[in-house]
Amino acid sequence: MKQHRKKRLLNILLISSLSGAGVLMVLYALNTNLDYFFTPSEIISKELPKNKRVKVGGMVLEGSVERDSSNIKFVITDYQESISVQYAGIVPDLFKEGSGVVALGYIDKNGLKAEKILAKHDENYMPPALKD
Amino acid sequence: MLREIINTVIKKFIHQFASPKTYFLQVKRLYPWVFYISIAIYVVAITWGLLFTPKDFVQGNSYRIIYFHVPASFIAQSLYAAMAFSSAVYLIWKVKLAAYLSRSIAPVGATVTLIALISGSIWGIPTWGTWWEWDARITSTLILFIMYLGLISLHNSFNNFEKADKLFSYLAIIGFIQIPIIKKSVDWWSSLHQPASITISDKPSIDPVMLYPLFLSIIGFSGLVACLVILSSKVQIYKREKNKNWIKDYV
Repeated sequence: MKQHRKKRLLNILLISSLSGAGVLMVLYALNTNLDYFFTPSEIISKELPKNKRVKVGGMVLEGSVERDSSNIKFVITDYQESISVQYAGIVPDLFKEGSGVVALGYIDKNGLKAEKILAKHDENYMPPALKD
Repeated sequence: MLREIINTVIKKFIHQFASPKTYFLQVKRLYPWVFYISIAIYVVAITWGLLFTPKDFVQGNSYRIIYFHVPASFIAQSLYAAMAFSSAVYLIWKVKLAAYLSRSIAPVGATVTLIALISGSIWGIPTWGTWWEWDARITSTLILFIMYLGLISLHNSFNNFEKADKLFSYLAIIGFIQIPIIKKSVDWWSSLHQPASITISDKPSIDPVMLYPLFLSIIGFSGLVACLVILSSKVQIYKREKNKNWIKDYV
């Protein structure tokens, strides 16, 4: 490679690595602020301020779902800590015991009063016949 | 001795292929082949995916939008990588054609990113229960879309093509940092979007009967996108070289 081209290549590498490092430092500083939701363990250990809307994500604990007309009660767990959730409304089709969920709402002494329930699904795709 | 031979070969290859005229003529010959083959592959893939694959055990039929969403998302990011690479070629070797290509990839990239965002939104309604959430993957893809648009308008704001190309190329290279961030966003932060199903290191977590048409749809869609890039690059060549004699023969 000719001298002036080498210089331009080095310039580009320098500029991109510096800006890349800058962006990564910003992301590192933002750290968990870029998380979409808190896990129950984080909520419990952090003692979040009351009357603030939070998103809690985890798994719907097996056997915890109780339905009563349009109200639904269930427990979100990360298999270490759990938070009980109450919600009045329709949950997404993929909401199921043992599968992922994100609940948005206010924490009070009874747990989370949810305003919105979103279902998460994982990265596995297969025909129903192969499920086992 | 060897070095000299390599140098002359490179020079000959670059000078010939990198001349917009040769590119224009070669691509003109190539275009119908790429177009018809990839549209055939794409039609087969989509028909296969939509009609001849089983339902998913969790999502039922709604997973089928994967055959639109995954190719679009994958190519939206790949196009950016291609654009950054060709920008680097332009800045280092001053190959004009590379600058034309970078500029012509941008609008195609923006379109494909928009397809990825829209198909993702449509997919989100039946599965997640929402069409838009500010999670890391969705937001970073939106930033990719805005980045493409920003590069286009930056380029358009100059009267001087050379200046525009230079700034465009630098910015495109700097912006490349977002590609690994988009890729890793689902691993670094908690997100609504699930982690990757197809990775280099692990076996795909998509059953083979669903995976084959998905691969085909990626190949077909890539070919169609390549056609768009070719068309777009012809526009760039025409814009920049319209006073040259060879191009006057074509118009």
